[in-house]
Amino acid sequence: MSQDDSKRPQPSPPGTAIARRPASDSIGRGTETPASWGLGEGQAIPWEYVAAPESRDVVRLKDRYGLFIGGEEVAPSGDQWFTTLDPATEEPLAEVARATVEDAEHAVDVARAAYEQRWGSLPGRERAKYLFRIARILQERSREFAVLETLDGGKPIKESRDVDVPLAAAHFWYYAGWADKLEYAFPGREARPLGVAAQVIPWNFPLLMLAWKVAPALAAGDTVVLKPATSTPLSALLFADVCRQAELPPGVVNIVTGPGEIGMTLVKHPGVDKVAFTGSTEIGKRIARAVAGTDKELTLELGGKAANIVFDDAPLDQAVEGVITGIFFNQGEVCCAGSRLLVQESIVDRFVEKLKDRLDTLRVGDPLDKNTDVGAINNAAQLAKIEELVEAGVEEGARMYQPACEIPARGYFVRPTLFTDVALSHRIAQEEIFGPVLSVLTFRTPDEAVEKANNSPYGLSAGVWTDKGSRILSMVKRLRAGVVWANTFNRFDPTSPFGGYKESGFGREGGLHGLLAYVDLQPR
Amino acid sequence: MVDAERAGEPNGRVPDAVTTADAAGRGRLAVRKTYKLYVGGQFPRSESGRSYVVHAADGSPIANAVRASRKDVRDAVRAARGAFPGWEQKTAMNRGQVLYRVAELLEGRRDQFEAEVARAEGLGADEAREQVDRSIDRWVWYAGWADKITQLLGTVNPVGASYFDFTIPEATGVVGIVAPESSSLLGLVSRLAPVLVSGNAAIVIASESRPLPAITLGEVLATSDVPAGVVNVLTGYRRELVPVVAAHMDVNGLDVWGVPAEMLASVVETAAENVKRLAGRPRRLRSAEGDAAAGRDAGDGVDWLDDRLAQRPEWIAAFLEMKTVWHPIGV
Repeated sequence: MSQDDSKRPQPSPPGTAIARRPASDSIGRGTETPASWGLGEGQAIPWEYVAAPESRDVVRLKDRYGLFIGGEEVAPSGDQWFTTLDPATEEPLAEVARATVEDAEHAVDVARAAYEQRWGSLPGRERAKYLFRIARILQERSREFAVLETLDGGKPIKESRDVDVPLAAAHFWYYAGWADKLEYAFPGREARPLGVAAQVIPWNFPLLMLAWKVAPALAAGDTVVLKPATSTPLSALLFADVCRQAELPPGVVNIVTGPGEIGMTLVKHPGVDKVAFTGSTEIGKRIARAVAGTDKELTLELGGKAANIVFDDAPLDQAVEGVITGIFFNQGEVCCAGSRLLVQESIVDRFVEKLKDRLDTLRVGDPLDKNTDVGAINNAAQLAKIEELVEAGVEEGARMYQPACEIPARGYFVRPTLFTDVALSHRIAQEEIFGPVLSVLTFRTPDEAVEKANNSPYGLSAGVWTDKGSRILSMVKRLRAGVVWANTFNRFDPTSPFGGYKESGFGREGGLHGLLAYVDLQPR
Repeated sequence: MVDAERAGEPNGRVPDAVTTADAAGRGRLAVRKTYKLYVGGQFPRSESGRSYVVHAADGSPIANAVRASRKDVRDAVRAARGAFPGWEQKTAMNRGQVLYRVAELLEGRRDQFEAEVARAEGLGADEAREQVDRSIDRWVWYAGWADKITQLLGTVNPVGASYFDFTIPEATGVVGIVAPESSSLLGLVSRLAPVLVSGNAAIVIASESRPLPAITLGEVLATSDVPAGVVNVLTGYRRELVPVVAAHMDVNGLDVWGVPAEMLASVVETAAENVKRLAGRPRRLRSAEGDAAAGRDAGDGVDWLDDRLAQRPEWIAAFLEMKTVWHPIGV
């Protein structure tokens, strides 16, 4: 996908729900209009906001979705089903199979058979063509996937349409081209497939995480059993249909839905050679323990608490946009979200003022509305966690600011939130919130910025905003994080390796390094 | 591994490592070496005051080695953490030269190492010489990687936007190394050099039954421009020391090669607490095919003399972090 700045989400047009922030930081709906709009102070905005909803006709939901094992949709052996909701309305979308332990084990056996009988020895050029087919079909059905992703996960349609789905297709495209070039990928080494990969993915980027996991595995010659998150299984199950359309050999991709225990069953299955997990650090540690003493290869992409560092010479308006994107993209439900803003002390007042102005113009609401900036929180448990941490922020003495926007009465919504007067020891500065909550801290010198940024058990990502190239590179060198964005944030590309330092996990996804996680290198 | 009975016996007569005698058989009393730990550039005894008897391959006692404690592990980690930034920030060529210097000094003291390895491993003179030859050459091989590994593992990524996007390797930090049990020098060097060359600092748990060459290697490191604290060598009981290293929250990686099979699962479980990076035997060596292929396997799962199998850039990569940088291209 193209990630030109011109195609990035633009600020929403101002509407009636937007109001000037009251003089105090209290929550409440303001009534005045910013003078910059050319209107007199206090004058009402002379137009009504009209929603621009994306049509959901393109998605035909089934009542029930079975498991995808051996190229076929099969009912769960226990005949148990769970409901997946639209988090924006709390309405049920469909029933999804709840796999049993036996179903999960069966899926691994099927994947093993597919690996041994066909996929592992299929020439790379044939694997490549299957992957190219998948990439093409994802492009062809992109709007269907985008709408489904938004319905099931609550993310704004402009993000699923412009980021999630095009990037997912691009990942298949990128790794397709590696499948028949493995002998060039690692000099002096023979890259053999590992076997069967068990992959457990989270709910924040359901299709994209599937692509990050499945594409390199298939390119390497591995077969997979994938477990999507319980709250967002639908795009993976629609992907099963893509596999069928691409005529992918049965058993190469298997998808089992169900609770966390099913993921653990896959991880522990002796027929699995490789485990890949994206999710919380807590579960990641549990998985690392579960594979202890086995020969399984493991990669973990876990939590983060990224510092976004703004120096006084940064282009401030651009930095404001980047900080907003950094924390409110996908409602902040992003492992690499820029949740700790570090602003140089000399500009903090001006910068926070600009941030608040920008916060006021964020459109929160219906994820299917093409103007929505902040959609629904993915699930009720996550909403409760965000609310708890916001409360903790207030209790621990940080100053909270929220825009006066209206949020829908139904569905899982939370106002974009900004905390100032935050201390490093506050929970909101230490714990991963995984929501639209930004903590503002300050620093005086580059040394102090580095010290504060690195003061975290996590090390996934970081941002640096400054006009000075040499300062960018010196900060890059000192920040202990797997991805450092300079004068930008939250950018992803299939060619660009992504992953963490420290407790944010190990192994990389994307690029040549992402391929490495799915091969066994042996001396030639 | 030292068995419990031997370890528990009171330290009896320890014969001299080297005795000299004149033609008439009148012996000169040799000056024995006290083998101590190597921590933070110094050679302390254990704060615990404990020791254990080390035996030669033929079962005869050779020396008392220090039986390090959990406090010694913590001291070693602190020394390594302190030394890490300075070592990591040295230029790649400088680190390469320091490692090459280790080879130079090892060459100069080769007689001593040959004698120690021969006694520890029960090797003949020629076999021991081969072990030392290859240990020296292995330092040279890894020294040369210092200013090349970034070019081998780094990438420039053609992203679909106006950014200069690149990925570079960086050292992980503090790495614990449980050295191979059988190969007292060559096995240790084969695991230690790849960890050091990229800028990591290390805590080595030496072979439990054959720890003496590791301590003597510490003496070489101490005089070869490796900054104090970059390598720390502990001797003692693996069952006591390894769980402490695995649990230490300021250790970022663990080489489990020398962890006894029965301890491995619990050690890896412990190491998960701060998401430690792990390295050990490669897949093929773990398979039956691999064990059979390793003809001269000394019980460590690999033939350390086989350059093709026992020196690999992947072993450097095991304790590297990949950092991806997005730098805008603009006017």
